[in-house]
Amino acid sequence: MSTSTGSHASGRITASQGIDTPSGHEPDEGGHFGPYGGRWVPEALVAALDELETAYEKARHDPEFLTELDRLHRDYTGRPSPLTDVPKLSRHAGGARILLKREDLNHTGSHKINNVLGQALLTKRMGKKRVIAETGAGQHGVATATACALMDLECVIYMGEVDTRRQALNVARMRLLGATVIPVKTGSRTLKDAINEALRDWVTNVDTTHYLLGTVAGPHPFPQMVRDFHRVIGLEARAQVRERTGRLPTAIAACVGGGSNAIGIFHAFLDDPGVRLVGFEPGGDGVETGRHGATLTEGSPGALHGAFSYLLQDEDGQTSESYSISAGLDYPGVGPEHALLKDVGRAEYQPVTDAEAMDAFALLCRTEGIIPAIESAHAVAGALRLGKELGPDAIILVNLSGRGDKDVDTAAKWFGMIGSDESAESADGTAIAEGAVTEPAGSFADAGSKTEGIQA
Amino acid sequence: MRSVAEVFARCRAEGRGALVGYLPAGYPTVDGSVELLTAMVEGGCDLVEVGIPYSDPVMDGPTIQAAAGRALAAGFRLRQVFDVVARVTAAGGNCVVMTYFNPVLKYGVERFAADLAAAGGLGVITPDLIPDEAGQWLAASDEHGLDRIFLVAPSSTEERIASTTAASSGFVYATSIMGVTGARDSVASAAGEIVARTRPHTSLPIGVGLGVRNADQAAEIAGFADGVIVGSAFVDAAERGGPDAVRALARDLAQGVARGARPA
Ligand SMILES: Cc1ncc(COP(=O)(O)O)c(C=O)c1O
Repeated sequence: MSTSTGSHASGRITASQGIDTPSGHEPDEGGHFGPYGGRWVPEALVAALDELETAYEKARHDPEFLTELDRLHRDYTGRPSPLTDVPKLSRHAGGARILLKREDLNHTGSHKINNVLGQALLTKRMGKKRVIAETGAGQHGVATATACALMDLECVIYMGEVDTRRQALNVARMRLLGATVIPVKTGSRTLKDAINEALRDWVTNVDTTHYLLGTVAGPHPFPQMVRDFHRVIGLEARAQVRERTGRLPTAIAACVGGGSNAIGIFHAFLDDPGVRLVGFEPGGDGVETGRHGATLTEGSPGALHGAFSYLLQDEDGQTSESYSISAGLDYPGVGPEHALLKDVGRAEYQPVTDAEAMDAFALLCRTEGIIPAIESAHAVAGALRLGKELGPDAIILVNLSGRGDKDVDTAAKWFGMIGSDESAESADGTAIAEGAVTEPAGSFADAGSKTEGIQA
Repeated sequence: MRSVAEVFARCRAEGRGALVGYLPAGYPTVDGSVELLTAMVEGGCDLVEVGIPYSDPVMDGPTIQAAAGRALAAGFRLRQVFDVVARVTAAGGNCVVMTYFNPVLKYGVERFAADLAAAGGLGVITPDLIPDEAGQWLAASDEHGLDRIFLVAPSSTEERIASTTAASSGFVYATSIMGVTGARDSVASAAGEIVARTRPHTSLPIGVGLGVRNADQAAEIAGFADGVIVGSAFVDAAERGGPDAVRALARDLAQGVARGARPA
C-alpha cells in the first residue's frame, strides 16, 4: 500500500496556510461566534489577552514566523500526517469506507503539537520566558513540555490529581522533558480544576508567563487562534481524501473534549454543505445515568473558563462534574465555535459511551494494528455508527487524534488483563499474557475473534 | 442608607475611609452566614459583600475557595442569597453581592436584579465580568437601581480604566496586586499606583482589595483609597472564633480605616 499520491497532494499544504489564509468563518472583533465566545474573564487578564491577540495578528502574516512554523512541522512534528485506509475496520461499519487522518503519528503522539508549536513560537516573540498549561490526558502537557524543552522555556503543567493517576505515563514523560507537574487537588481533581489553577497562576504571573491553552475554549483569542493552528489537519485531509478517492468524504467523525481536533478537521469542510460534520462527545456510563461529559448534547449555554458556550451545569449555574473513561474528554465545557455550529445545524454532536469507545478501541487494535488514544476511539466508534447509517457508498473520514500508549493501563484494566488496583508496568506479565484476571469489563478477546470470524 | 454612594459619602463626612467586609452566603450554613455578616456590621463594616459560592472561583485563593466549597457542600442554593441579604439588611447592614457571573446568567440577569433589589441589595461586584460583555447587566442594573461595581487591575491600560470606570457606579474596585484573594503580610506598592491611575478617570470612590488582613494595612490603604476591602481575613476569623472573632476583627479594622483617612 502506498501513500505517495496522498502525501504528494498534501505536500502542497502547510500549517501556515491555516493561519495566513483566513477561513471565512472569523469571530467578530470581540471574539464572538454568534452569541458565543468573547471574554468572560477578570479584568486583570484583559491586557495579556490583548497582547496575545496583537502578537498573533502580527505573526500570522509574517513570513519569518510562517516559515519557522512550517519548518518545525515538517522536520519535527513530521507533517503532513498520513491518511490511512482501514478496510478491515470498515467491514464493521456497514461496508462504508473509513479513512483515518493519522494525527496519532505526529511527534508526541497527538494533534496537540500543532497548536503547541505555534503558541510556543508566539511566547518567544512576546518575550515571555515561562509557560503554564493545563492537561487532562497529558497529551497537551507532553506536547507543551516538549516545545518548552526545544525552545528553552520554563514549563509548569497543571493536571488534576485523578488524571495524574490515570495517565501516569504522561506525567513521567513531562518530568523527563524538564517540566514541573503540579497535581491539582481541588474540585473534581480533573481537567476543569487544572484550568482553574492555571488561570489563578496566570492572573498572578501574567507579566512573565504565557498560558498555553490546549484547546479551542477559553477567552478570545484562544478559540480562534488554536483553531487556526489546527486547521492544517482538515486542509491536508481534504486534499488527501480527494486525491485518494476522487471525491469529498460523506461524513467526518471527530471526538470532542474542548473541541480542538474536531474544529481542526471540520474547518476545511465548513463550506462543503454535502459533507456531514459529526462530533462525538464522551457519553461515559450513558447520558441517562448523569455520568458523562456530553456538553453539547446535554448542556446549556453559560460562561465557564473565559468563554460563553455550552456547559454542563446545575439549576444554579454551578458547573457539574463530568465523567469519562477518557481523561482528555472529561470536561464540562466546550469551545464556543462548536456551540455556534450546533445551533446553526452545520455540525451535529452525539454521545459515545465508555463501552462503545472501548469496543472500537479493541476493534481498531485487532483489525488494523493501530492502538488509538481512548479519546480518538470515541471518533472510531462514531464512524462505525455512521457507517451503518450511511451504507457502503459512504466515505467516512475519522480524525485519529492520538495514539494509545498512554492508555495501556486503563485499557488493560478495562479488558481485565490486570486488576483494577494494579498498573500495567508493575503487573505480572505472565498473568497479563494468560488473561488471568477476573471480571473483564469488556472482552478484548471477543473483538478479535469477531473480526477473525468475519475475515474467515 | 439606600445607596453605595451614600455609604461612602457618610464615611467621607466623618473624615475616614469605608470598611468593606466579605463573607460567602451559606458559610458555614445559611443561618450561620447571617450571624457572621451581622457580626461584621456590628463590628463596624460600612458595607458588606455577600459572596455567592461558586464551583469554579478562579479569582479566589485557598481560604475563600474552601469556605465557598463548604457552603456548597452544605447545600447552599442560589436563591438563598436573597434571604441572606434581606436579613442582614434588616439587621442594619448595607449589602452588595459579590458573584462570578455564570450563576447570574443561569438564574436570569433581569430576574436576579429584580430579586436582589427587592431583598434590599444595593449592587453587585462582578470579578469575572468586564463591561465589554455586560450588556444585559448594564440594562438590568439600570432598571432596578442597582450599582455595578467592576474591577480595575494593575495590568489595566488607561483606556480600559476609562471604559471600566465609565461603566461603573457606586464605587470602583481596585485590585491591589496581580493575583487571587488571600491575606498577605504587606500592602503592595501596586495598590497606590492603581488608585492614582484610576483617580483622573472617575469621581467615584475607589475601594482597594486583595490581601488586606490587619488594622495597619487598613490604615495604610485608607491613606490613599476611599474604601478598604477585606475578605480572606474574615473567613480566617470565622474559622477561628465564629461571630465573636469576626466582630472583633471588624472593630480592629474599623479603627485602622479611621486612623488612616485620606486627606480631603
Ligand atoms: C488524543 C486526544 N484527542 C482528543 C483530545 C480532546 O481535546 P480536543 O477536543 O481539544 O481535541 C485530547 C485531549 O487531551 C487528546 O489527547
